[in-house]
Amino acid sequence: MKITDETVSHVAKLARLWLHPQELSQLVPQLNDILEYAAKLQSVSLDGVEPTSHPFHEVNVVRSDVPRESLSREEALRNAPDQDQGMVRVPAVLEGGGGA
Amino acid sequence: MRTPTVKEILRSISAGETRARDWVEHSLRAIREVDGRLKAFLLVDEEQALAAADRIDRAKMYQNAPLRGVPYAAKDNIVTRGVRTTAASRILENYIPPYNATVIDKLQQAAAVMVGKTNMDEFAMGSSTETSAFQKTANPYGEDRVPGGSSGGSAAAVAAGLVPFALGSDTGGSIRQPAAFTGCFGMKPTYGRVSRYGLIAFASSLDQIGPFTRTAEDAALVLNAICGHDPLDSTSSRQPVPNFADGIDRGVKGVRVGIVRHLPEEGLEPGVKAAVHRAIQQLEAEGAEIVEIELPHMEYAVATYYLIAPAEASSNLARYDGVRYGRRAEASSLLEMYERSRSEGFGMEVKRRIIIGTYALSSGYYDAYYKRAQQMRTLIRQDYERAFEACDVIVMPTAPTTAFKLGEKLDNPLQMYLNDIYTIPANLAGLPGASVPCGFADGLPVGLQLIGRPFDEATILRVAHAYEQVRDFAWPKPVLGVAE
Repeated sequence: MKITDETVSHVAKLARLWLHPQELSQLVPQLNDILEYAAKLQSVSLDGVEPTSHPFHEVNVVRSDVPRESLSREEALRNAPDQDQGMVRVPAVLEGGGGA
Repeated sequence: MRTPTVKEILRSISAGETRARDWVEHSLRAIREVDGRLKAFLLVDEEQALAAADRIDRAKMYQNAPLRGVPYAAKDNIVTRGVRTTAASRILENYIPPYNATVIDKLQQAAAVMVGKTNMDEFAMGSSTETSAFQKTANPYGEDRVPGGSSGGSAAAVAAGLVPFALGSDTGGSIRQPAAFTGCFGMKPTYGRVSRYGLIAFASSLDQIGPFTRTAEDAALVLNAICGHDPLDSTSSRQPVPNFADGIDRGVKGVRVGIVRHLPEEGLEPGVKAAVHRAIQQLEAEGAEIVEIELPHMEYAVATYYLIAPAEASSNLARYDGVRYGRRAEASSLLEMYERSRSEGFGMEVKRRIIIGTYALSSGYYDAYYKRAQQMRTLIRQDYERAFEACDVIVMPTAPTTAFKLGEKLDNPLQMYLNDIYTIPANLAGLPGASVPCGFADGLPVGLQLIGRPFDEATILRVAHAYEQVRDFAWPKPVLGVAE
């Protein structure tokens, strides 16, 4: 199954990536190579095999909900590209074609 | 002066012959001399390093600290408070972390001195350090060769003698393969052995921090300082941590060393094969029992990894949206800001993996790709469980080739991925693995890989140490560096 320009553009959009047309034409054949190689896995019978999501058996780890020191607002905002009155500022959500 | 090991530096300082400041100055001088061409470092902080060394030399509280005065470098995906940390990506070009990774705090408590941050493949995605957004690092044994990756800067820095140890991270071989390519010792501990708190995430079920050193014994000393449970990383293990240096010199008599029957040998260079074969013979001569084992699903490891790792990466890298930190592009709407910030901030390899991962996780393809990869991961894990019934440690080449030429594989991502065939399975199974230099082929280093049972780093270190005592190949001086 070959993936097309349209599929890659769609997936890029899901991943919030804008691709230059040149990048797209470079990526499509490379992704096809990689997925063709990954198709090795289709030839093996895996019926009934439990999937592994983590190398060792793990259970949820919880801690007691005790307040403790955390970063100050000033420290937390130090890397923010834009801020206003102690908060991160972003461009308008609904203007200019957002949410399409 | 012969390049000192961590152990020798510690001995010299505790005997009062030298001070922390001497070693830090030595390191900084070597960096100034060599790194203009080697390009292993993204940042060197002379002032802070010298101040830290002076503090250690003055204060009594550091007198018995286990790594007192030893200079080191950290891969630039390990966050350091107040010291720019980029993961070699434009998207984090100006990021100054407000906190330290747990390993950095632990090394600080052990009185080691960080001299700088090292180059890497962007977000640790690559096998040559060439996907760094900032610079290409050379191999100390050949200026036109890659140092391997993704922790190529750390490997090159240790191999060139600029620092006695460095930290890297290993998701699919990113410590072991560059260690092999540059002729140093590199170890990926068991998944969960070392806290990942403050390691910029690539694939969370595979990532692990570990050391580059000149010897197995030095790696044991570093592991003693960085291993252990951390309440800030819920996947870090509560398994007790032994003293890794204890018993390291017990030799290999009676140790069952597994070699893989039907090892996939496509692309395996004859010089690599010969060096590894000779190392196995030497282990046997030292009294190790060589046994044949099977890893029937190894041929599927690369395909499995290159679905699972990008899937996890696509999720982990969703956080880079230009909102709270990192690069933000000019845009008139929020959606446009996300897309532009990410497109300007990420390089091609990162984009490629985000797209593969998003595709493998998207509805309609999840069962065919991601789920099948997770099922294969189970079979690969079980292969190792079975193999370790018959042996105590498994050996094989670390990489099928020696260091390739800069640019050689950059345009062919699949070829680059196939270089990881021997290192990937240990990550999928969560096992500890190391690479120990075992010879040279056409002037370039070859690594012998050792893989152990979960939480049995000690056996790997013991076998590697025994091998280091008997290896007898001629070790050329690096063309770049001060190492001897």
